Amino acid sequence: MPADLGTKLVSMRFGNEDAKTLAGYEKAGGYATLRKGLAMRPEDITAEVKTSNLRGRGGAGFATGVKWGFVPKDAKTVHLVVNADESEPGTCKDRELMYWDPHLLIEGMILSAHALKAVHNYIYIRGEMMREYLVLQHAVEEAYARGYLGKNVVGTGIECHITVHRGAGAYICGEETALLNSLEGLRGQPRLKPPFPAVKGLFGDPTIVNNVETIMNVPFIIDKGGAWYAGLGTGRSGGTHLLCVSGHVEKPGVFEVPMTMTFRQLIDEVCGGVWKGRKVKAVIPGGVSMPPLDDSELDVPIEFDALQNDERIKPVMVRPGQQFDLGGGRPLRTMAGSGGVVVLDDQCDIPKAVWRIMKFFAHESCGQCTPCREGTGWLEKVSRRVADGNGKPDDIELLSSIAHGIAGNTICALGDAAAWPMLGFITKFRGDFEAKLKKARAA
Amino acid sequence: MSLEFSADATKKIAALCERYPTKQPVVMAALHLGQKEFGQLSDDVLRLVARTLDLPYAHVYGVATFYTMYRREPSGVQTIRMCTNISCMLRGGYDVLAAFEQKLGVSVKTGGTTTNKQFTLIEEECIAACANAPCAVVGTKYYLDITPDQVGRIIAELEAQPHPESEVV
Ligand SMILES: Cc1cc2nc3c(=O)[nH]c(=O)nc-3n(C[C@H](O)[C@H](O)[C@H](O)COP(=O)(O)O)c2cc1C
Ligand code: SF4
Ligand code: FES
Repeated sequence: MPADLGTKLVSMRFGNEDAKTLAGYEKAGGYATLRKGLAMRPEDITAEVKTSNLRGRGGAGFATGVKWGFVPKDAKTVHLVVNADESEPGTCKDRELMYWDPHLLIEGMILSAHALKAVHNYIYIRGEMMREYLVLQHAVEEAYARGYLGKNVVGTGIECHITVHRGAGAYICGEETALLNSLEGLRGQPRLKPPFPAVKGLFGDPTIVNNVETIMNVPFIIDKGGAWYAGLGTGRSGGTHLLCVSGHVEKPGVFEVPMTMTFRQLIDEVCGGVWKGRKVKAVIPGGVSMPPLDDSELDVPIEFDALQNDERIKPVMVRPGQQFDLGGGRPLRTMAGSGGVVVLDDQCDIPKAVWRIMKFFAHESCGQCTPCREGTGWLEKVSRRVADGNGKPDDIELLSSIAHGIAGNTICALGDAAAWPMLGFITKFRGDFEAKLKKARAA
Repeated sequence: MSLEFSADATKKIAALCERYPTKQPVVMAALHLGQKEFGQLSDDVLRLVARTLDLPYAHVYGVATFYTMYRREPSGVQTIRMCTNISCMLRGGYDVLAAFEQKLGVSVKTGGTTTNKQFTLIEEECIAACANAPCAVVGTKYYLDITPDQVGRIIAELEAQPHPESEVV
């Protein structure tokens, strides 16, 4: 049965202060699925997750069950690492999830670790999230005390450990290989892939890195079945998802919604419309790394495949007449990313917003690759002078060519994450940049 | 001068060493603890961390200088992390930052620490509370939907009830 606005899974305990404690979580139905899952064979759990069409909520939307299947069958030591580094601007769901429902994450991890035969597992939590760290740490201690974690989980003979590892401020540690380096006590710089973490990850062992929200969905899948979960969604995207809506709407918030919901419905029906009676100018669909949409593109469902393929979304251009090529001539429209929906109203200063995004990437580049290190710095500098009204006549072309020079030429996807929105904003809001340059010439 | 960790920190580090196959991953927690106990990560603190975990000094130095929360310089008792990233900027985040600068008499560009060393103001990137923009976090305390006229009250509240980051480690 498809989900509707009343379908709440991972957000069902939001606002329930009690559920943070083990006793409260158990009272609200928590840990009921654990015994059922631990009695299943690991490969059967993975099969359920495959059937469920659960897709990663960390940014790339990769099918979770398929990813789990990449762990070599003969692997001796495997790790599950939960990515709780949430720092993609516009994204504020994982922090909320961990704060309200830490035991759901733990239950999801125990079930997932059983599927992966992973014993030593980690939650990498962003350093600035001190309140959530304390909540999680407390929950982990409770789970150990009650026998949900340890050498013999609820008497099943299964061993499962969770260690909460605090970061110390670095957006790049959200990238999974940078995260693994950071977990190993190194500088958080991304590794070259391949090898992929599922084959050679933490401490050289096969490792699955999953987002907080992804793992929190697993107990529901084990409880009610993969087919049920797939049925909540649409196409190849199972379940519901959390969207974080911020910016110029009347009622911003974190909402669990069906995969079929469109941006227009989200803004008008869930968020009370654009604030101050204004109209939409642009929508960032899934964190600032993703190319924006304009007002004519908002009737597309906020779903992984639709955002990549729906022809109502115009392709991102490198320059007028030349489409950006994702490889093999595939156009780049946009992607669902991290669920961070940012609404910009019709009075918004687009070049200034773009400058703020570029400032972020320039600050967060880890500096390993020249195109990213130098390129993001230039994007920040040039977009700043355009925004300030001091742009030079060729600056739009300059920004496009810098961005195009970064995209696809770096070790990790941070380079693309800076380049794509730059090109996307120029593609769809060129007039706003031209107006700034015209003003600069007049001055 | 050779520094030592407190008994409590030593115990915490020893317990953490049990959670990983080697001691190296504990470097991040040890640096957090060092910063808590000594206020900043001076060369001596880095040496202490290196000695405690049997790591080369250069390794510890490399880690300490990579992450923005580790501080090589002294700072205020409380750190106000004010977000100005996209969602906060769209709803007046820079005005709130300016109000903090004005009330505290500091500039984020020149370090942001008050003369009485009570506060350090930082222009922070997205703190994952975008739906309540503009927002700031001070230790474990979030301030949400801030308007510039609330800033004076927030500072007074923090003076009465401090939220130092060190309460976490
Ligand atoms: C620069 C960069 C930052 C990222 N930050 C995060 C993050 O904060 N949280 C997250 O879950 N994934 C983040 N990702 C995606 C991860 O690399 C990884 O794909 C994800 O954690 C996998 O989990 P999933 O399959 O459950 O989505 C980031 C990726 C890049 C390139
Ligand atoms: S793309 Fe940027 S962030 Fe990623 S590894 Fe290269 S320099 Fe570092
Ligand atoms: S942009 Fe300010 S909290 Fe996310």
